[in-house]
This record gives sequence, C-alpha cells and structure tokens, in this order.
Amino acid sequence: MTGEAPILTLHAVSVALGGRRRLFGRSVPPVRAVNDVSLAIDAGEILALVGESGCGKTTLGRTILGLQREASGDIRLDGTAVGGLPPAKARKARNAIQYVHQDAAAALDPWWSIGRTLREGLLIHGVSDAAERRRLVEAMLAAVGLDAAAGRRYPHELSGGQLRRVALARILLLRPRLLILDEPTSGLDMSVQATVLQLLLDLRDRLGLTYLFISHDLSVVERLSDRVAIMYLGRIVETAPTRTVFARPAHPYTRSLLAAAPRLDRSNRAERATLTGDPPTHARLPAGCAFYGRCPVSMERCASVPPALRPVTPGHEVACHLAEPDIPPLALRTGMAAAAVPR
Amino acid sequence: MSPILRKLSHDVPAMVGLAIVVAVVFIAVFGPWLAPFPQDAAASHLARRLKPPTELYPFGTDNLGRDIFSRVILGARGVLQVALTVVFVAMAIGVPLGLVAGYRGGWLSEVIMRVTDAVLAIPQLVLALALAQLLTPSLESAMLALSLTYWPFFTRIVYAETRRLTSSLFVDALRGIGANGGRILFLHILPNVISPVIVRATIGLGFTILVAAVLGFLGMGATPPAPDWGLTIAESRTYLPGAWWYATFPGLAILLTVMGFNLLGDGLRDLVDPRLRRSR
Amino acid sequence: MIPILSVRDLKVSIKGDEGIAAILDNVGLTIETGRILGVVGESGCGKSTLIRAIMGILPRAARIEAGAITFEGENLLVFSETELNQRIRGSRIGFIPQDPLLALNPVFKVGTQLLEIMRDHAPDNGLRGAARKRSHVARLVGLLRRMQVPDPDAALERYPHQFSGGQRQRLLIAAALACSPSLVIADEPTTALDVTTQNQILLLLRELVAEFNLSMLFVTHDFGVVAELCDDLCVIYAGQSVEAGPVDAVLGSPAHPYTRALLACHPERASSFRGIPGSVPSPLAAPPGCRFAPRCADVLAECVKQAPPAGHAPSGAVVRCVHYA
Repeated sequence: MTGEAPILTLHAVSVALGGRRRLFGRSVPPVRAVNDVSLAIDAGEILALVGESGCGKTTLGRTILGLQREASGDIRLDGTAVGGLPPAKARKARNAIQYVHQDAAAALDPWWSIGRTLREGLLIHGVSDAAERRRLVEAMLAAVGLDAAAGRRYPHELSGGQLRRVALARILLLRPRLLILDEPTSGLDMSVQATVLQLLLDLRDRLGLTYLFISHDLSVVERLSDRVAIMYLGRIVETAPTRTVFARPAHPYTRSLLAAAPRLDRSNRAERATLTGDPPTHARLPAGCAFYGRCPVSMERCASVPPALRPVTPGHEVACHLAEPDIPPLALRTGMAAAAVPR
Repeated sequence: MSPILRKLSHDVPAMVGLAIVVAVVFIAVFGPWLAPFPQDAAASHLARRLKPPTELYPFGTDNLGRDIFSRVILGARGVLQVALTVVFVAMAIGVPLGLVAGYRGGWLSEVIMRVTDAVLAIPQLVLALALAQLLTPSLESAMLALSLTYWPFFTRIVYAETRRLTSSLFVDALRGIGANGGRILFLHILPNVISPVIVRATIGLGFTILVAAVLGFLGMGATPPAPDWGLTIAESRTYLPGAWWYATFPGLAILLTVMGFNLLGDGLRDLVDPRLRRSR
Repeated sequence: MIPILSVRDLKVSIKGDEGIAAILDNVGLTIETGRILGVVGESGCGKSTLIRAIMGILPRAARIEAGAITFEGENLLVFSETELNQRIRGSRIGFIPQDPLLALNPVFKVGTQLLEIMRDHAPDNGLRGAARKRSHVARLVGLLRRMQVPDPDAALERYPHQFSGGQRQRLLIAAALACSPSLVIADEPTTALDVTTQNQILLLLRELVAEFNLSMLFVTHDFGVVAELCDDLCVIYAGQSVEAGPVDAVLGSPAHPYTRALLACHPERASSFRGIPGSVPSPLAAPPGCRFAPRCADVLAECVKQAPPAGHAPSGAVVRCVHYA
C-alpha cells in the first residue's frame, strides 16, 4: 500500500469546537477538539483512527469531510488544497470523500423508503434519468448484499446489519474514493460484524476505495487496517503500520490501550498494567503532554513541554519524550536520517 | 387493516372520541335533513315558547318557541366551519414560521420566536376578546380573532421539532451527501413535523369550538337568529333556572364535541410514530 | 459444592400483538458459589428475559411455561411478589444495570438514591431511625471508597451527571453491594464504556467477588470480556442454552456448532470473515428441535425433530447437540 501518492494529507490541523459570545451570561471559550494533527492517507490503504470517546476522532473525521471547519492547518486532497473553505464549498471540493455514520438507523429519514433514500443521493449528484437511478440503486443493493425488495422497505423494518449495508450503498452510489467509516460495526452482533467487515474488504478491492476507519475496537482494527493512528485528547500520539503498533507499541498510552483491550487469549493476562483515572477534559488540558498525569512513566519535562510526533523507525512516529528507537544502533542512524527528511 | 388503525382501535377513549367526531361531522353535513323542524333556524312560534322536553320537542323549546333539538343539530355545521377555518388559518400562519425559525436560526429565528412567546403569554380568551372587540361583531371577525391567537401553538411545536430534526443524524447525513436546504426542509423535515401538527390541530379544533362558543355567548361571534350553541346559551340566561333545558342541551353539545376532539387528539398523539409504518 | 443459583429447563413465552413468542426454550445454567458465570449470546437470544425471570420482574404478558429457578436451595418461582421484594431482590441478589445513566434519576442526589435502596433492603443490625441511617451512610461511604470513587463523602451530595461514565458504573456497583447480596447479576455493565475504563471495572469486579464472597452472573455479548472476567461460560442461542462449561474449556475447544461458528467470527480467531449464514429464527415461529439447525453446517435429520439432550464434550463442557448426546 505504501509508495503510492497520498490521497489526503493533513498538516498541523487544529479544530476549535463550541465557544460563543452571548449577549447575556458568560461567554463560553472554544475547546480544541483536534490539536495540531498531521496525517497522510495513501490511496488504497485502510488507516485506523483509534482512541477513546472524546479524543476527537469523530471531530477529525468531520473536519476531513468538510462539515466542520478547521481553525488552522492545511488539508490537501490529491495534492490540491481544499482547506479553509466554508462548509458548503468545502463539501463540494471534497466530493471524493464521503462519511458513513456510526448509527446507520438514525442517519436515514424514517419516513422515506430505502430505495427513495438511495435514489435521492443520485438525484442530488445529477443523475437526472429516473430509470438510470433505479438501475444504479438496484445494482448497488446487490453489490452490498441486499436483494432488490429491500428498496421498498422502511428503515425500521431492517436489521442492524442490513442498515449498515444500506448506509454503505447510499454513500457508494456517490462514487467516493475515500470513505470515512465511523465505528462501522459498533453495536452489531459478532456474526453480523464479520460479514460487514468482509463486505468492506471486498468493496475496497472491487471499487479501489481508501478507508479512514474510526474505531475503538482494537481486535477489529488489528484485523482490518493496514496502518493505525492512535489519538489521545485531540492529538495523534502514535502512528505506525498495524503490525508494528500491536507488536511494539511505543507510546505509553498505546501500551495501556492494548493492555486494556479484552482478548480471548488468557495466557498473558496477569502481566498487563492497567490505566487508572479518567481522561482529563478538553477544557482543562495539561500544558505539556496530554497524557501526563495518567502516564505510568512520566518525567518532570512531560508536564511542561508537549512532545512532538517524530519517527522512531521509518513509518513509525511517536509523540513521547521517552520514545526510544528500539532498534540496533546502526539502524538507528537511518531512522534518524528519515527523521531529518522534511515531510 | 393497517397497523395504525388496529392500534387506534385498541384505544377505547380514542375510539369514543372518533365516534363523537364522526357523529358531529355527519350531523353537520346532513343537519337540515336530520332536524325535525329545519325551519326553526329562523322561524318563531310564540304559542309554544319555553316548553319543557316532550316527545315532540326532546330538548324542549326556547323563548321564541323554536325546537332546541333542531337548533342544536343545525348549529353543528356553523361550529365545525368556524373550528376548521380557524385551525386551518392558524396552521397556514404558524407552520411556515416555525419551519423557518427552526431551520434558519439567527436573528430571524429570534424575532419570530419572541413574537410567538409574546402572543402565547397573553391568555387566549383575553386576546381573542380584545381582537374581536376591535372588529365589528360578526362570525368572520370572531374567526379572524381566533386564528390570530392560535397560530403560535403551531409555531412552537414546529420550531421545536425542526430544531431537533435539524441537528439529527439523518439531516447531518443529507448535508454530507450534498442535499440543499430546500430539499432538507420541505422533503425531509416537513413530513416529520406533520404528525405532531395534526395532533395539535385536532386538540385545537376542540379548543376553538369552546372559545368560539364563549365569543358567541358574549355576543362577539354569531348574530341572532343563527342557531349557534354559545349564542343559545347566552339567550337562555334570562330564563334560568326555570327553563333548565334551554341552556343544558346546547351546553352538552359543546361539552361532547370538545371532549370528542380532545380524546381523538390524545389518541392520535400516541400514534404519531413512524415506526408504525409498514411497507406492505 | 451446592450451586448458589441453578436454572433448569426454563421455558418463558411472551404474548404480544403478533402472537405468542417462545423467548426462552430449555435454558439451563448453574453458578457455583464464588464463581463468575458469563452468559453469552447475540441480540435477541433471550439474555434479558433470563435476567428478568431470575429477578422475578418479567413483564405481565410473560408466562413461565416450565422449569425451575433455585437460589440458595429455594425455588424462586413459588415466591410471591412481596416475598421476592422483601427477601431476594436487592438484598440477596444485587443487580448492576447496563446503562448507569438510565438507572439513576437525574434530579436526585446520588446519596439520596443509593440510601433509598439501602433503607428498603440493607440489614439494619438492630438499629433504628437516625442511627440506622448513619450506619447506612458509613457503609455506603466505605463502599464508594472501595470502588475508588474519589472523595466519597462529597460524592453522595452530587448529581448523576457530575460523574463520568466509569464513575457512575462504580456508584451502581456500590449500590448493588450495599445490601450485602450473595449473588450479583450484571447486565452488560461495560458495554457503554471505553476499553481502559472497561478494563478497570472488570478488574474491580474480579476483586470484589473474592473480597465480598460473591457469586456473579455476568451477561455479555463479548467473548473477550468473558475471557477477562469469568470462570464459567454459558452460550445461549435463540432462547436455548447450547454450551456451558469452564471458560478455558469452551473458548479453548468449542464443541457446539454454534459456539464454533460464533468464535470463528471473532476478529482474533477469524481466518476470513464469513459470518454465520442465515439469520436468527423469530421466537414467533421458532423451528422445533434445535433452533440452530437451519443454520448448522453439521445438521442431521433428527436435529429438527426434537430438542437435543444434554451431552458432554471431550473438553468437559455440557453441550446440547446430537453430536455429543
């Protein structure tokens, strides 16, 4: 998957949420939900964005989509700058990016039949011939594994797994190249989840899609994604190929997250450390590293100096003062060299 | 039978309400053929004035010897006409205002909603009386006054629903795929707010009948000799308590009709759930 | 050892608009004293009906057709509503709900709500009035401290929304333990939580079971959570218990075709994501015999005729499948 040009690049993107001046009462200061995030997604890859609730992963997804305007930073789609636009223009410029909601049922108008909802998307995107719309919808329903009769049903008549397929079909009809999948299998039974994951893999191969896969389920991430970005309180703390993250996690938060994930294999249960306390809120961010305070290995420096995301090995970046490149000294130099190359 | 009707048929109060409403509509449409003395809408027979209920005059007769039973039947049409007109006009004003205020936000929304709140803050009856007082007393001015007091109820409901729907996930998804404001507002939000509006309208019909009767009673609505229920009660005052039947039967007609609409409205409220819809 | 709770051949049906639904059909499970039993099943398998049947809070339209629920040697099904309230629910059986935000009333202080539960069910040690309440407060504060709720005295004066999801779940665990139960029933208590918080709660539950001499029935859909927390495991499919045994035995060598198919869907195990063909039968028209038969890869002619008897798999698990009868 590597070697290809990135389809999307974010450089130092920050997003401020909420915050408004009110005529009466106290003004509410905005919250930095996404803080200085740089990220590149290669064409054809599945990048998993992992983090706990409130870490800003959904906000980042909405920002990439253009529904949320970034406060600063640079967003490029296929090398063309598409940032700094008001929502309507941003959506137009980023038509190749589409978003699949986590709650598939709530994302559908309860009064509209599935077929009508699917055809609506085509109508908005300029497919003016009704017969053509009908044909495309039927083909897409088949592609996501639903029979044509599903088009006459209403959202409440379908099961959770079927609704995910409908949500996918609706988005795929718009011919996106980059899909943002927000927890695409949360709330599904395991046997249904398996079929949805398989469908996602098939569709990627068949339609040449790229996925930004937002999830907190590490067992799914490990199986599905090519690369992982771990988020904590609005910052990306570690990115690496999936195999590397699971085998050699470098950031203390990543390690705690992996240790906390429930696993079927009970052999090494005892040796895992647990994280104490709740994450601090965005409103009261520590001055230094956001993880300071919960970090089991924090130092004095971590309290005041925020660590920058820097490579430990090629392709493996960590934002931690303690991140030691855990590779032999000779290879270390190449790693350092890679760090010196400007992005 | 569709599931909606089946569910409604299990709701006994709603069915009672429906039966009353159907009966009132039937009487309103076929009144002149149902009433034993249709000419009593205007005629007077002083020879038989203020007779208590008998077999011939089941509700008794009034001060001009007119059959009260016939007049109650003949009055139904006027009552329904007033109620339907008022609620329709109020909806025509209130629903678009609520949609715009809820979807647009900003200063326009603030202006619309503050005016709505101001109108809602004044007791309905007082406002209607004041407005009716400004106009020449007639049925039309009573209807206009009532419409001008009832629209804020629709604005409030539509505004709240539109606000909720605007921030809902399915509207978010529609924006995501590039749907424009008009499409979202008229094809998606409007059908979703229609059910609570219908419920409110049904309850509003009952309420309007009551207030229209009060206006009639106070001489600001229908003018004699119209067989208006409120007017009849007003005329009966001088003959109370001797001629008890004079006020009782028109009063019961108002009570039953208002109750019918309210029961039906409450039943409908439980039904306005799109999850009950089936494709087959 | 005598099991603290045993459910035998439980059949529960619920009458609805569209007919009679056979929600539970031959469910059986046992919890040995001091152990944690995980009950695993997919949505609609009857997990919540099972919990309701044990706690005696089935909806009015439900009917227990057959079976027995024995708790500490007593058959719960013969108890009246008042007896259940006075002697079992809240006092000897504690309950931890799925969503702590729904279980707490947002307009009352946390302390008020937890003390109200204790007033009805907690042992009074011969104390009355204010002295009894003081002893309850002391016990509650001690429990909250044990649950690692920061500043437990002040916590009682706060409202539910002032706590994080994990803290709220700790409050409800304290509530479940406040009346010294011997059995705790937990209904997916960590589903709404993040992984690190979930991990904290699971560890806490494990410690508490040992510390307070509890036994626990833990309902979940997540095999990973079962592997982390439970000693024993009972798998339910469409209202029928299909396999039960020690966690290591069932997860290590699953015997029932459903357990095998389900575990094969787990991302940690799956070679490819095939899922299980077909869908769960509606309880309104459940097939006779083994309810998994229509989706089973190893189905035999007799599977659809009658419910398979309980047999033993080589792993030691009890399996309801003709292949092990």
